[in-house]
Amino acid sequence: MTSSAGQRELTVGMGAGGLATADMVLNIGPQHPATHGVLRLRIVVDGERIVSAEPIVGYMHRGAEKLFEVRDYRQIVVLANRHDWLSAFSNELGVVLGVERMLGMEVPERAVWARTLLAELNRVLNHLMFLGSYPLELGAITPVFYAFREREELQAVMEEASGGRMHYMFNRVGGLKEDLPAGWLERVRYAVRAVRGRLPELESLIVGNEILEARTRGVGVLTAELIGAYGVSGPIARASGVDLDLRRDEPYLAYGELFGPSGPGRVVTRTAGDCLSRLEVLLEQVHVSLDLADACLERLHSLPQGPVNVRLPKVLKVPEGDLYTATENPLGLNGYYLVSRGEKTPWRLKLRSASFNNVAVLAEVLPGNLIADMVAILGSMFFVVGDIDK
Amino acid sequence: MTDVLEVTLRSVSVLAAFLVLPLLVGQAEHKVMAHMQGRLGPMYAGGFHGWAQLVADGVKFVQKEDITPAAADRRVFRFAPAVALVPYLVAMAVIPLSPDLVAADAPASALFVLATTAVGILGTLMAGWASANKYSLLGAMRSAAQLLSYELPLVLAVASVCLAAGSLSLGGIAQAWSPWWLIWQLPGALVFLVAAVAELQRPPFDMPVADAEIVFGAYTEYTGLRFAFFLLAEYAGIVVMSLLFAVLYLGGWQGPFSDQLGWLWTLLKGLVIAVVIIWLRVAWPRLREDQLQHLAWIVLVPLALAQLALTGVWVVVSA
Repeated sequence: MTSSAGQRELTVGMGAGGLATADMVLNIGPQHPATHGVLRLRIVVDGERIVSAEPIVGYMHRGAEKLFEVRDYRQIVVLANRHDWLSAFSNELGVVLGVERMLGMEVPERAVWARTLLAELNRVLNHLMFLGSYPLELGAITPVFYAFREREELQAVMEEASGGRMHYMFNRVGGLKEDLPAGWLERVRYAVRAVRGRLPELESLIVGNEILEARTRGVGVLTAELIGAYGVSGPIARASGVDLDLRRDEPYLAYGELFGPSGPGRVVTRTAGDCLSRLEVLLEQVHVSLDLADACLERLHSLPQGPVNVRLPKVLKVPEGDLYTATENPLGLNGYYLVSRGEKTPWRLKLRSASFNNVAVLAEVLPGNLIADMVAILGSMFFVVGDIDK
Repeated sequence: MTDVLEVTLRSVSVLAAFLVLPLLVGQAEHKVMAHMQGRLGPMYAGGFHGWAQLVADGVKFVQKEDITPAAADRRVFRFAPAVALVPYLVAMAVIPLSPDLVAADAPASALFVLATTAVGILGTLMAGWASANKYSLLGAMRSAAQLLSYELPLVLAVASVCLAAGSLSLGGIAQAWSPWWLIWQLPGALVFLVAAVAELQRPPFDMPVADAEIVFGAYTEYTGLRFAFFLLAEYAGIVVMSLLFAVLYLGGWQGPFSDQLGWLWTLLKGLVIAVVIIWLRVAWPRLREDQLQHLAWIVLVPLALAQLALTGVWVVVSA
């Protein structure tokens, strides 16, 4: 099976080729197995070839931004970790980092490293989910079980520390909710080692597979221009050669050191921009994140015991002003624009979520592809519907 | 009188095999797939390792409401599952388990089996067309294209075996089989296996029912017992194709103690092939339909033709 890049020709041997065909409007979603959630794609197909496509979003709009305005900064964290339910910890981070910066608050070093560790574990959890679900959409039913076995390993340690398996709610303005449990670091080290050890099993099911390669190589190519025009970010952008990673470019938490000259951090990029390279970026990022987690563990071991949070006033008010805080979430750039008028609730908290922009580009890439490719491309956009609709 | 009795007995035993073997394969799929994926599979129904899971599923399907969509072509829609299911039942009647254990010993049974299994496709087409659902229609079109292109390599591969055995009867073919065929007919066997999996619309050739793309293809609108019939047809198809493979390429009942245990050998060989078909599902994603056509016309058809030529030359030379 060879499929070259760019437009592939499909010849279906029916009739004399001059057969009149009529376009058919097909609604993929809001309830459809491929949209894992309630994304709706209104596509016009000629046979199985897509003529035009339009993502219709908003079925899961929960008005998070408006709700932020009537909650104090502690409550906002609960709400803010929900839009992308696969990266809850990273979502919380953006809010607390923004508030801390506006307050000029110094976070204890121990909390900084613990947050970095948990953020990276969260990234692995998120990526493992897509490494399982994407092959599932292409018809491979086994990788998801392998991925979930690894997820379980990591989720166990996340749960032990935070008490949550999805919505951790472990961040507080000024640090973390509480200190890490005794002996926890050892268990994380073991979990990371176990996941890293078994990852080749999952990888060999995915990247070495001829059919998977035939389905994804050269399919759904995103150019760097399109990435720029639509504000696509994260692993999808990096798969097209856009070398942008806030962990390195605008370091927050302990990333400055981790992505420094001697740190284990590196930004994974590919140049092809097709579905396969997006998948490869994801896979390699798991390795990088596990390395980062190991580095964090090492540092946490050597740090002296100390506080992991700052004592807050009973009523937390953020001084007047505004600040945009962006973090490199597993799925892309996640930003909070916080405008405060010095009250205990924000005057406005705008959320910039990664999936919204990442999915918007679908209207550009889908036309010309087959329905089967639509699934391959849609899945490779690695989106969470809550992150689209907020 | 004895004739009537014999015919009845034979029909009933075929029906029994038709009802039991697909369930056996289905249960094997549940358990084999589960253990390959680090799961346990069904564990509760029936007590011992969930052996009665499919029986329970059947009971559940019977209880479900039988829905016919308002816009559907009612008669075609309701008739389609039977069209999909019955051909495999008929095909099973002529597959020999041992020289004297065959329900209907037709003279050209190889041809007969190919002809009947091809009819089952009509059921899928009817279902897709009559459902009045876009996904069903797309699924049916995919099925039609796929089955048309895989019928040819399948027939060519079987033709080669018939040529080698000098017989069109499945019994005759298995009788003429010798271990040397394992090498001689190997390309044909591979073509047959691939084409059979495609014919059954099993992964990696399951794009007619690709759930992530077109929901469930032609079967999207089906519920209850009619849906169960389609599922049963799929597993009956696996049984027929596996047994056919065992008889054509693995010598059927040939093996130690074939006088007494011939039928067991055929069944065991068939079961191994069935497990291979299940294994494919666990290991591979699905192809896209143009890639599938590519595979059929660029790889399988030439390979089958080459096998046919090779067989012909050898038969002429060695005769």
